[in-house]
Amino acid sequence: MVPLSWYLVLSAILFALGISAFLIKRNIITIFMSIELMLNAVNLSFVAFANHWHKLSGQVFVFFVMVVAAAEAAVGLAIIIAVFRARETLNVDRVNLLKL
Amino acid sequence: MLDNNYFIRYLPLLIQVGVGIALAAVMVTLSHLLGKHKWTPAKNSPYECGITPTGDAQGRFSVKFYMVAMLFILFDVEAVFLYPWAVIARKLGMFGFWEMLVYIGLVLVGFFYIWKKGMIDWNKPERNEA
Amino acid sequence: MNSIGYNDYIRILPELVLTFFGILVMLIDPLLGRGSRKGLGILSLTGSFLAMAAGFYQINFHGPAWFGMVQVDSFSIFFHILIPCISAICILASLEYLDQQNIHSGEYYGLILFGTAGMVLMTSAVELVLIFIALEISSISTYILAGYRRSSAAGTESSIKYFLLGSFATAFFLYGVAMIFGATGSTSIPEIYKALNGATSGALVYIAVALMLIGLGFKVAFAPFHVWTPDVYEGAPAPVVALMSTGPKAAAFAVLLRVLFATAVPNDWIWLIWIAAALSMTLGNFGALIQNNVKRMLAYSSIAHAGYILVAFAAGREIGMAAAIFYTASYAAMNVGAFAVVSHFGGTGERYIDIEDYAGLGKRSPLLAFTLTIFLLSLIGIPLTGGFFAKYYVFNAALHSNLVWLTIIGVVNSAVAAYYYLRLIVMMYMREATVDAPPERVSPSMALALVLAAIGTIYLGVLPGYVLDSAHHGAQALKAGPFSKTVQPANNANAAPVQTLK
Repeated sequence: MVPLSWYLVLSAILFALGISAFLIKRNIITIFMSIELMLNAVNLSFVAFANHWHKLSGQVFVFFVMVVAAAEAAVGLAIIIAVFRARETLNVDRVNLLKL
Repeated sequence: MLDNNYFIRYLPLLIQVGVGIALAAVMVTLSHLLGKHKWTPAKNSPYECGITPTGDAQGRFSVKFYMVAMLFILFDVEAVFLYPWAVIARKLGMFGFWEMLVYIGLVLVGFFYIWKKGMIDWNKPERNEA
Repeated sequence: MNSIGYNDYIRILPELVLTFFGILVMLIDPLLGRGSRKGLGILSLTGSFLAMAAGFYQINFHGPAWFGMVQVDSFSIFFHILIPCISAICILASLEYLDQQNIHSGEYYGLILFGTAGMVLMTSAVELVLIFIALEISSISTYILAGYRRSSAAGTESSIKYFLLGSFATAFFLYGVAMIFGATGSTSIPEIYKALNGATSGALVYIAVALMLIGLGFKVAFAPFHVWTPDVYEGAPAPVVALMSTGPKAAAFAVLLRVLFATAVPNDWIWLIWIAAALSMTLGNFGALIQNNVKRMLAYSSIAHAGYILVAFAAGREIGMAAAIFYTASYAAMNVGAFAVVSHFGGTGERYIDIEDYAGLGKRSPLLAFTLTIFLLSLIGIPLTGGFFAKYYVFNAALHSNLVWLTIIGVVNSAVAAYYYLRLIVMMYMREATVDAPPERVSPSMALALVLAAIGTIYLGVLPGYVLDSAHHGAQALKAGPFSKTVQPANNANAAPVQTLK
C-alpha cells in the first residue's frame, strides 16, 4: 500500500502548481486550465481520504466536483469568447480597461 | 511502510518497457545503417498518402465548434450521476426512481432550451443580439 | 434508509420555489419573439416574493431535513427572508434598466433566480460539499450576470476578472473542505463538531480553516482578498452589482459564521480576523476617498463594510454574531438602494457614473436626490437610519469583548468614510448641474424598488427591535447549533413541528 501522505503530498504539489500557474501565466485559457488543475488536486485528496476513512462519500464528492467544474468550464469558455470578441486578445495584460 | 514485495510486482512491467525501448532502438538504427537515403518532396509532407493540409495549425475555428464542445461537456458530465444511482437503484426503490426522473427532466429542460435557441442547428446564421 | 416526508420538502421550499420559477422563465423565453422581457421579469418577481413567503412559512418548521444535509433554524430563516427580498428589489430595478440598455433577454431573470436559490441554500446547508455546490450555483450565475453588457468591453472584462478570481477562490474553499474531511472523516457540520469537540486538533484542521477563510474571503471581499471588487463592480451592470454586493455577501458571511462558530474548530484564528477587519476598513475607506467613479467608490465602501462585519466576527460570542447578522440586513437595504439610484441615473450605456455627473441632482430631480441621500447617510451611520444601529451593535459587541483598539480603528474609519459620502451629497445639493440632459423619468417599478429599499433602511433605523430579535435568535440557534437537537431521522419530524426559541 502506498501511504496516505504520498497522495496528500502529490495533491499539495499539484495544487501549488495550479496556484503558481494562475499567478504567472498570461493567457486567459492557460489561467483557466490552472484552476482546473487545482480542482483536480482537490479531487485527489478527496479520493485519498475516502480510502483512508473507508468511506465512499469522498469518492461521490469527486463526482460533484467534476460536474461543477464542467459547468464552470462551460461558463468560463463562453465568457472567454465574449472577451475575445470585444478585444481580439486573450492576454490578461491587455485586458486592462478597468485599472486598479 | 512498504513491504519488500511491493515493487517486485512491477518487475515484469519494467522488463516490458525495457524490451520495447530496445526493439525500437534496434529497428531505427538498423534501417538507418542499411537503408538508402533519398529525399523527395513527397516524403516531407505531413501525410505521405492523404489530403494536402491547408493553412497552419494556428488557424481559427468557427465559434460554433466551441458551442458544440461546451454543450457536449455539459450533457456528457451530467450523465455521470446515473452511474452511482444505477448501482443502488434497487435499494433506493421508487423514491430513487422518481428523484432520477426529476433529474433527467431537468436535463431535458436544458436540452429543450438550447434546441429552441438554435444552438444545435449548425446552419443557423449568427445573430448579433440575442 | 430514512424515508423522505412532507417536512423535508417544506424545509427547502424557498429553493424549490426559486428554482421552479427560474426554470419556468428559461422555458418560456425561447418561445417568445424579440422584444422586451418585462413579462418574464414580473414572473420572476412573483417567484422571489413567493420564496420570501416560503421563508416566513418555514418559521413553524425548524429542524433538519434530507438526511441532515439541510438545517432550518432561526439563523437560516433570517437569510431565507432577507435574500429573496434583495433579489426582488434587484429585479424591480432591472425591469427599467434592461429596457434602458436595450438588453432583451429573459435569461437575465432566470439567472437572478438561480443565483438566489444558491445563496438561500448556502445559508441552510450544513454539509460542506452541499455548501460548496450552493456557493457555485450562486457564483456561476453572478459570473454570467456580471458580463451581461456583452457589447461593452468593460462588461466582459469585469465578467472574466470575476470569473477567474472567483473560481480560484472556490478551489481554495474546496481544498479546505477536503482537508476537514481528512481530519474528521466527515463533511457534515454536526459530525465535524462531534469529532472536534474537546479533541486536540491537528495541523489538518488549521490548514482547513485557513483555506476556507481564504476562499470565503474572496467571496465577501475582505482585505487582503479585495482587489477584484472595484474592477468587477465598475464593469458589471448596476442592478447586478446591487445584487452581488449584498446577496452573495450575506450568504457567504452566513457560511463563514457556520463554519467558524458551529464546527468547534479551534478559535486561534481570531487574530487573523482582527487583522483582516482592520485592513479591510482602512484600505476600503482610504481607497474610496480618491475615486471619481461612483460605482468604484461604492465598491471600496463595500470592502470597508465587510471590515465592519468582521469586527463583529472578531468580537465573537452571541452578541457579536447577532451584530454581524443584523449588519448584513441593514447593509443590504442601503446598498441595494444606492445602486438602484446609480443604475437609474446612469442612463443608456451607463454614461453618467462619475461623481461630477451628480452635480445639481438636488434641483433636477429632488426626489431621486433625496432617496440617494437617505442611503448615503445610512452608509455613513447617521442615527435614524439602519446603518447607525448596525455600526452601533458591532462596536458595542467589540467593546464587550475588550477589542478596544479595533473599535477605535473602526470609529476613526467611520469618520473618514463620512467624507466621501458627504462629498457626493454636497455635489448633489451645492453644485450647478454639469450634465445638460434632463434625467429620465423614474419608472413605476424603479420607484417601487427605491421606496422599498428606503423603507427598509429607515425601518431598521427607527424600529430595529424585531429584526434585532430575529438576529439574536439566529445567533442563539447557531450557538446551540444542530447539536442541541441532534440530526433526527426525518420520519419522526412529522410529529409536531418544533418551535424553538419562542
